[in-house]
Amino acid sequence: MAHIQLLNDQLPGIVGLLDYRKETGQPLSALAEILLRGESTLTSGEREMIASYVSYKNDCHFCHSSHGAAAAAHLNKDANFIDDIKLGFVKTQVSPKLRTLLNIAAHVQQGGKKVTEADIAAARSEGATDREIHDTVLIAAAFCMYNRYVDGLGTWAPPNNEAYMPMGEKLAKQGYMSF
Amino acid sequence: MPHIPLDEKLPGITGILNFRTDTALPIRELTQTLLRGPSTLTEGERELIATVVSHGNECKFCTAAHTAAADILLGEKETAEKVKHDPDHAPVSPKMKTLLAIARAVQVSGKNVTIQMVDNAKAAGATDLEIHDTVLIAALFSLYNRLVDGFASVTPAEPAFYERLAVILKDKGYLPSENRYAGLKG
Repeated sequence: MAHIQLLNDQLPGIVGLLDYRKETGQPLSALAEILLRGESTLTSGEREMIASYVSYKNDCHFCHSSHGAAAAAHLNKDANFIDDIKLGFVKTQVSPKLRTLLNIAAHVQQGGKKVTEADIAAARSEGATDREIHDTVLIAAAFCMYNRYVDGLGTWAPPNNEAYMPMGEKLAKQGYMSF
Repeated sequence: MPHIPLDEKLPGITGILNFRTDTALPIRELTQTLLRGPSTLTEGERELIATVVSHGNECKFCTAAHTAAADILLGEKETAEKVKHDPDHAPVSPKMKTLLAIARAVQVSGKNVTIQMVDNAKAAGATDLEIHDTVLIAALFSLYNRLVDGFASVTPAEPAFYERLAVILKDKGYLPSENRYAGLKG
Protein backbone atom coordinates (compact mmCIF):
# COMPACT_ATOMS: atom_id res chain seq x y z
CA MET A 1 0.00 0.00 0.00
CA ALA A 2 1.21 3.50 -0.79
CA HIS A 3 2.41 5.77 2.03
CA ILE A 4 -0.49 8.16 1.34
CA GLN A 5 -4.16 7.57 0.57
CA LEU A 6 -4.50 7.75 -3.22
CA LEU A 7 -7.78 8.53 -4.96
CA ASN A 8 -7.62 5.11 -6.66
CA ASP A 9 -5.28 2.57 -5.08
CA GLN A 10 -5.87 0.11 -7.92
CA LEU A 11 -3.64 2.24 -10.16
CA PRO A 12 0.00 1.03 -9.98
CA GLY A 13 3.27 2.97 -9.81
CA ILE A 14 3.26 6.52 -11.07
CA VAL A 15 -0.21 6.14 -12.60
CA GLY A 16 -1.85 6.40 -9.17
CA LEU A 17 0.30 9.44 -8.34
CA LEU A 18 -0.47 11.30 -11.58
CA ASP A 19 -4.14 10.71 -10.79
CA TYR A 20 -3.72 11.89 -7.15
CA ARG A 21 -2.49 15.39 -8.00
CA LYS A 22 -3.39 16.53 -11.52
CA GLU A 23 -1.60 19.90 -11.19
CA THR A 24 1.73 18.11 -10.86
CA GLY A 25 0.72 15.14 -13.00
CA GLN A 26 0.19 17.28 -16.10
CA PRO A 27 3.75 18.66 -16.38
CA LEU A 28 5.22 15.29 -15.33
CA SER A 29 3.37 13.62 -18.22
CA ALA A 30 4.22 16.45 -20.63
CA LEU A 31 7.93 16.09 -19.81
CA ALA A 32 7.87 12.32 -20.49
CA GLU A 33 5.98 12.90 -23.74
CA ILE A 34 8.43 15.42 -25.19
CA LEU A 35 11.54 13.57 -23.96
CA LEU A 36 10.53 10.09 -25.06
CA ARG A 37 8.18 10.67 -28.00
CA GLY A 38 8.95 14.19 -29.22
CA GLU A 39 10.95 14.99 -32.36
CA SER A 40 14.54 13.70 -32.01
CA THR A 41 17.42 12.10 -33.92
CA LEU A 42 17.30 9.34 -31.29
CA THR A 43 14.47 6.86 -31.85
CA SER A 44 11.76 6.47 -29.20
CA GLY A 45 13.02 2.90 -28.72
CA GLU A 46 16.52 4.19 -27.91
CA ARG A 47 15.18 6.84 -25.53
CA GLU A 48 12.95 4.32 -23.72
CA MET A 49 16.02 2.06 -23.35
CA ILE A 50 17.86 4.93 -21.58
CA ALA A 51 14.81 5.51 -19.33
CA SER A 52 14.45 1.85 -18.44
CA TYR A 53 18.20 1.34 -17.87
CA VAL A 54 18.40 4.28 -15.42
CA SER A 55 15.25 3.06 -13.65
CA TYR A 56 16.76 -0.41 -13.26
CA LYS A 57 19.91 1.11 -11.77
CA ASN A 58 17.69 3.03 -9.32
CA ASP A 59 16.04 -0.29 -8.44
CA CYS A 60 12.62 1.09 -9.46
CA HIS A 61 10.79 -2.02 -10.63
CA PHE A 62 7.70 -0.23 -11.95
CA CYS A 63 9.61 2.29 -14.11
CA HIS A 64 12.20 -0.25 -15.27
CA SER A 65 9.47 -2.66 -16.38
CA SER A 66 7.01 -0.18 -17.88
CA HIS A 67 9.64 1.70 -19.90
CA GLY A 68 11.32 -1.59 -20.80
CA ALA A 69 7.96 -2.71 -22.16
CA ALA A 70 7.58 0.60 -24.05
CA ALA A 71 11.03 0.09 -25.60
CA ALA A 72 10.06 -3.51 -26.46
CA ALA A 73 6.91 -2.23 -28.20
CA HIS A 74 8.90 0.30 -30.25
CA LEU A 75 11.55 -2.30 -31.16
CA ASN A 76 9.22 -5.30 -31.70
CA LYS A 77 10.78 -7.33 -28.86
CA ASP A 78 9.10 -9.75 -26.45
CA ALA A 79 8.90 -9.53 -22.65
CA ASN A 80 12.38 -11.09 -22.23
CA PHE A 81 13.79 -7.76 -23.45
CA ILE A 82 12.96 -6.31 -19.99
CA ASP A 83 15.43 -8.81 -18.45
CA ASP A 84 18.12 -7.99 -21.01
CA ILE A 85 18.06 -4.38 -19.77
CA LYS A 86 19.21 -5.66 -16.36
CA LEU A 87 22.17 -7.35 -18.02
CA GLY A 88 23.14 -4.14 -19.85
CA PHE A 89 21.77 -5.23 -23.26
CA VAL A 90 23.94 -8.30 -23.94
CA LYS A 91 21.35 -9.91 -26.25
CA THR A 92 20.18 -6.69 -27.88
CA GLN A 93 21.96 -5.01 -30.74
CA VAL A 94 22.99 -1.55 -29.55
CA SER A 95 24.76 0.99 -31.78
CA PRO A 96 28.19 2.22 -30.63
CA LYS A 97 26.70 5.72 -30.22
CA LEU A 98 23.88 4.48 -28.00
CA ARG A 99 26.41 2.53 -25.89
CA THR A 100 28.23 5.78 -25.14
CA LEU A 101 24.95 7.54 -24.31
CA LEU A 102 23.90 4.69 -21.98
CA ASN A 103 27.27 5.12 -20.25
CA ILE A 104 26.57 8.85 -19.73
CA ALA A 105 23.09 8.01 -18.42
CA ALA A 106 24.53 5.48 -15.95
CA HIS A 107 26.90 8.13 -14.61
CA VAL A 108 24.09 10.71 -14.27
CA GLN A 109 22.19 8.10 -12.24
CA GLN A 110 25.10 7.95 -9.75
CA GLY A 111 25.36 11.74 -9.59
CA GLY A 112 25.88 14.66 -11.97
CA LYS A 113 29.55 14.97 -11.01
CA LYS A 114 30.20 11.40 -12.20
CA VAL A 115 29.86 12.50 -15.83
CA THR A 116 33.42 13.00 -17.11
CA GLU A 117 35.00 14.81 -20.05
CA ALA A 118 35.99 11.34 -21.31
CA ASP A 119 32.34 10.18 -21.26
CA ILE A 120 31.34 13.17 -23.39
CA ALA A 121 34.33 12.80 -25.73
CA ALA A 122 33.48 9.11 -26.28
CA ALA A 123 29.92 10.04 -27.25
CA ARG A 124 31.11 12.77 -29.64
CA SER A 125 33.58 10.39 -31.30
CA GLU A 126 30.63 8.11 -32.11
CA GLY A 127 28.81 11.06 -33.67
CA ALA A 128 26.56 12.14 -30.81
CA THR A 129 25.36 15.75 -31.16
CA ASP A 130 25.05 18.39 -28.41
CA ARG A 131 21.31 17.94 -28.50
CA GLU A 132 21.59 14.14 -28.16
CA ILE A 133 23.96 14.53 -25.21
CA HIS A 134 21.62 17.10 -23.66
CA ASP A 135 18.61 14.86 -24.08
CA THR A 136 20.43 11.81 -22.68
CA VAL A 137 21.44 13.70 -19.52
CA LEU A 138 17.93 15.11 -19.16
CA ILE A 139 16.22 11.73 -19.64
CA ALA A 140 18.55 10.17 -17.07
CA ALA A 141 18.00 13.04 -14.61
CA ALA A 142 14.23 12.94 -15.18
CA PHE A 143 14.12 9.25 -14.35
CA CYS A 144 16.09 9.87 -11.17
CA MET A 145 13.08 12.07 -10.33
CA TYR A 146 10.31 9.71 -11.49
CA ASN A 147 11.95 6.71 -9.76
CA ARG A 148 12.22 8.56 -6.42
CA TYR A 149 8.62 9.75 -6.71
CA VAL A 150 7.32 6.22 -7.38
CA ASP A 151 9.32 4.47 -4.65
CA GLY A 152 9.42 7.36 -2.16
CA LEU A 153 5.64 7.18 -1.85
CA GLY A 154 5.64 3.37 -1.63
CA THR A 155 3.43 2.68 -4.65
CA TRP A 156 2.73 -0.92 -5.71
CA ALA A 157 3.95 -2.57 -8.92
CA PRO A 158 2.96 -5.79 -10.73
CA PRO A 159 5.80 -8.32 -10.35
CA ASN A 160 5.95 -10.01 -13.77
CA ASN A 161 7.31 -8.72 -17.09
CA GLU A 162 4.22 -9.90 -18.99
CA ALA A 163 1.94 -7.64 -16.95
CA TYR A 164 3.73 -4.58 -18.39
CA MET A 165 3.48 -5.46 -22.06
CA PRO A 166 -0.01 -3.93 -22.67
CA MET A 167 1.12 -0.78 -20.81
CA GLY A 168 4.28 -0.59 -22.94
CA GLU A 169 2.18 -0.94 -26.09
CA LYS A 170 -0.08 1.90 -24.94
CA LEU A 171 2.87 4.16 -24.02
CA ALA A 172 4.52 3.48 -27.39
CA LYS A 173 1.39 3.98 -29.51
CA GLN A 174 -0.71 6.52 -27.60
CA GLY A 175 1.90 8.24 -25.48
CA TYR A 176 2.04 9.80 -22.06
CA MET A 177 -0.80 12.29 -22.25
CA SER A 178 -3.39 9.48 -22.36
CA PHE A 179 -2.97 8.69 -18.63
CA MET B 1 33.81 24.49 -19.23
CA PRO B 2 30.29 23.08 -19.69
CA HIS B 3 30.01 19.80 -21.65
CA ILE B 4 27.67 21.41 -24.21
CA PRO B 5 27.68 25.03 -25.47
CA LEU B 6 25.60 27.13 -23.04
CA ASP B 7 24.99 30.90 -22.95
CA GLU B 8 27.94 32.35 -21.00
CA LYS B 9 25.71 35.01 -19.46
CA LEU B 10 23.51 32.31 -17.91
CA PRO B 11 25.40 30.18 -15.35
CA GLY B 12 24.18 27.12 -13.45
CA ILE B 13 20.70 25.85 -14.31
CA THR B 14 19.67 29.02 -16.17
CA GLY B 15 21.69 28.35 -19.33
CA ILE B 16 20.72 24.66 -19.31
CA LEU B 17 17.01 25.51 -19.26
CA ASN B 18 17.61 27.97 -22.09
CA PHE B 19 19.38 25.33 -24.24
CA ARG B 20 16.00 23.68 -24.91
CA THR B 21 13.08 25.82 -23.79
CA ASP B 22 10.51 23.24 -24.93
CA THR B 23 11.74 20.54 -22.53
CA ALA B 24 12.36 23.18 -19.85
CA LEU B 25 8.73 24.36 -19.86
CA PRO B 26 7.11 21.36 -18.08
CA ILE B 27 10.02 21.33 -15.59
CA ARG B 28 9.41 25.02 -14.85
CA GLU B 29 5.63 24.48 -14.56
CA LEU B 30 6.16 21.61 -12.14
CA THR B 31 8.54 23.72 -10.04
CA GLN B 32 6.14 26.69 -9.98
CA THR B 33 3.27 24.50 -8.74
CA LEU B 34 5.38 22.75 -6.10
CA LEU B 35 7.32 25.74 -4.76
CA ARG B 36 4.94 28.66 -5.40
CA GLY B 37 1.48 27.12 -5.86
CA PRO B 38 -1.21 27.03 -3.15
CA SER B 39 0.07 24.91 -0.23
CA THR B 40 -0.15 24.54 3.53
CA LEU B 41 3.67 24.67 3.53
CA THR B 42 5.11 28.19 3.22
CA GLU B 43 7.29 29.15 0.24
CA GLY B 44 10.22 29.40 2.64
CA GLU B 45 9.61 25.87 3.98
CA ARG B 46 9.45 24.49 0.46
CA GLU B 47 12.72 26.23 -0.45
CA LEU B 48 14.28 24.52 2.59
CA ILE B 49 13.33 21.12 1.13
CA ALA B 50 15.04 22.12 -2.15
CA THR B 51 18.05 23.29 -0.13
CA VAL B 52 18.62 20.10 1.89
CA VAL B 53 18.34 17.88 -1.19
CA SER B 54 20.77 20.06 -3.19
CA HIS B 55 23.11 20.07 -0.19
CA GLY B 56 22.91 16.26 0.05
CA ASN B 57 23.77 16.00 -3.65
CA GLU B 58 26.67 18.42 -3.11
CA CYS B 59 25.35 20.61 -5.92
CA LYS B 60 26.96 23.95 -5.06
CA PHE B 61 24.95 26.07 -7.49
CA CYS B 62 21.52 24.74 -6.43
CA THR B 63 22.44 24.79 -2.74
CA ALA B 64 23.56 28.42 -2.89
CA ALA B 65 20.57 29.48 -5.02
CA HIS B 66 17.90 27.86 -2.86
CA THR B 67 19.61 28.83 0.39
CA ALA B 68 19.46 32.43 -0.82
CA ALA B 69 15.81 31.99 -1.84
CA ALA B 70 14.94 30.50 1.58
CA ASP B 71 16.84 33.30 3.34
CA ILE B 72 14.98 36.05 1.51
CA LEU B 73 11.59 34.39 2.04
CA LEU B 74 12.21 33.63 5.74
CA GLY B 75 13.86 36.98 6.40
CA GLU B 76 16.84 35.41 8.17
CA LYS B 77 19.78 33.13 7.39
CA GLU B 78 19.96 30.89 10.45
CA THR B 79 17.29 28.37 9.45
CA ALA B 80 18.72 27.43 6.05
CA GLU B 81 22.20 27.22 7.56
CA LYS B 82 21.03 24.90 10.34
CA VAL B 83 18.90 22.56 8.21
CA LYS B 84 22.06 21.87 6.19
CA HIS B 85 24.65 21.59 8.96
CA ASP B 86 22.82 21.01 12.25
CA PRO B 87 19.31 19.75 11.39
CA ASP B 88 18.44 18.58 14.94
CA HIS B 89 18.74 22.14 16.19
CA ALA B 90 17.23 23.93 13.20
CA PRO B 91 14.49 26.42 14.20
CA VAL B 92 11.76 24.71 12.17
CA SER B 93 8.50 23.14 13.34
CA PRO B 94 8.49 19.48 14.49
CA LYS B 95 6.45 18.72 11.35
CA MET B 96 9.08 20.32 9.09
CA LYS B 97 11.79 18.24 10.79
CA THR B 98 9.97 15.06 9.83
CA LEU B 99 9.38 16.28 6.26
CA LEU B 100 13.04 17.28 5.86
CA ALA B 101 14.02 13.78 7.07
CA ILE B 102 11.85 12.30 4.30
CA ALA B 103 13.43 14.67 1.75
CA ARG B 104 16.94 13.61 2.82
CA ALA B 105 15.96 9.95 2.36
CA VAL B 106 14.52 10.62 -1.11
CA GLN B 107 17.78 12.36 -2.09
CA VAL B 108 19.60 9.04 -1.61
CA SER B 109 16.83 6.78 -2.99
CA GLY B 110 13.05 6.53 -3.01
CA LYS B 111 13.46 3.15 -1.34
CA ASN B 112 15.07 4.82 1.69
CA VAL B 113 11.77 6.37 2.77
CA THR B 114 10.52 4.11 5.58
CA ILE B 115 7.03 3.62 6.99
CA GLN B 116 8.45 4.91 10.28
CA MET B 117 9.48 8.22 8.63
CA VAL B 118 6.01 8.60 7.14
CA ASP B 119 4.34 7.72 10.46
CA ASN B 120 6.51 10.31 12.22
CA ALA B 121 5.41 12.96 9.73
CA LYS B 122 1.73 12.06 10.13
CA ALA B 123 2.08 12.05 13.94
CA ALA B 124 3.56 15.55 13.73
CA GLY B 125 0.51 16.69 11.78
CA ALA B 126 1.71 16.39 8.17
CA THR B 127 -1.09 15.80 5.67
CA ASP B 128 -0.90 13.29 2.81
CA LEU B 129 -0.59 16.19 0.37
CA GLU B 130 2.32 17.68 2.32
CA ILE B 131 4.08 14.30 2.31
CA HIS B 132 3.37 13.92 -1.41
CA ASP B 133 4.73 17.35 -2.23
CA THR B 134 7.80 16.86 -0.04
CA VAL B 135 8.70 13.64 -1.88
CA LEU B 136 8.09 15.23 -5.28
CA ILE B 137 10.10 18.38 -4.47
CA ALA B 138 12.98 16.18 -3.28
CA ALA B 139 12.69 14.06 -6.45
CA LEU B 140 12.58 17.19 -8.64
CA PHE B 141 15.80 18.53 -7.12
CA SER B 142 17.40 15.13 -7.70
CA LEU B 143 16.74 16.00 -11.35
CA TYR B 144 17.96 19.62 -11.18
CA ASN B 145 21.15 18.77 -9.29
CA ARG B 146 22.03 16.17 -11.93
CA LEU B 147 21.45 18.66 -14.75
CA VAL B 148 23.62 21.35 -13.19
CA ASP B 149 26.53 19.01 -12.44
CA GLY B 150 25.97 16.56 -15.31
CA PHE B 151 26.64 19.35 -17.82
CA ALA B 152 29.44 20.85 -15.68
CA SER B 153 27.71 24.24 -15.86
CA VAL B 154 29.38 27.33 -14.41
CA THR B 155 29.01 27.96 -10.66
CA PRO B 156 29.59 31.65 -9.83
CA ALA B 157 31.76 32.15 -6.73
CA GLU B 158 30.39 35.51 -5.55
CA PRO B 159 27.55 35.32 -2.98
CA ALA B 160 25.98 38.47 -4.46
CA PHE B 161 25.11 36.52 -7.61
CA TYR B 162 22.85 34.18 -5.62
CA GLU B 163 21.24 37.10 -3.82
CA ARG B 164 20.33 38.59 -7.20
CA LEU B 165 19.01 35.22 -8.39
CA ALA B 166 16.97 34.80 -5.17
CA VAL B 167 15.22 38.13 -5.85
CA ILE B 168 14.20 36.80 -9.28
CA LEU B 169 12.96 33.52 -7.73
CA LYS B 170 10.99 35.45 -5.09
CA ASP B 171 9.48 38.09 -7.37
CA LYS B 172 8.99 36.14 -10.61
CA GLY B 173 8.79 32.51 -9.49
CA TYR B 174 9.87 29.72 -11.83
CA LEU B 175 7.86 30.21 -15.03
CA PRO B 176 9.46 31.70 -18.16
CA SER B 177 9.09 35.47 -18.43
CA GLU B 178 10.33 38.33 -20.61
CA ASN B 179 13.85 39.50 -19.65
CA ARG B 180 13.70 37.08 -16.74
CA TYR B 181 17.41 37.24 -16.04
CA ALA B 182 17.97 40.97 -16.63
CA GLY B 183 18.63 41.38 -12.91
CA LEU B 184 21.38 38.73 -12.81
CA LYS B 185 24.17 41.08 -13.93
CA GLY B 186 26.09 42.62 -11.07
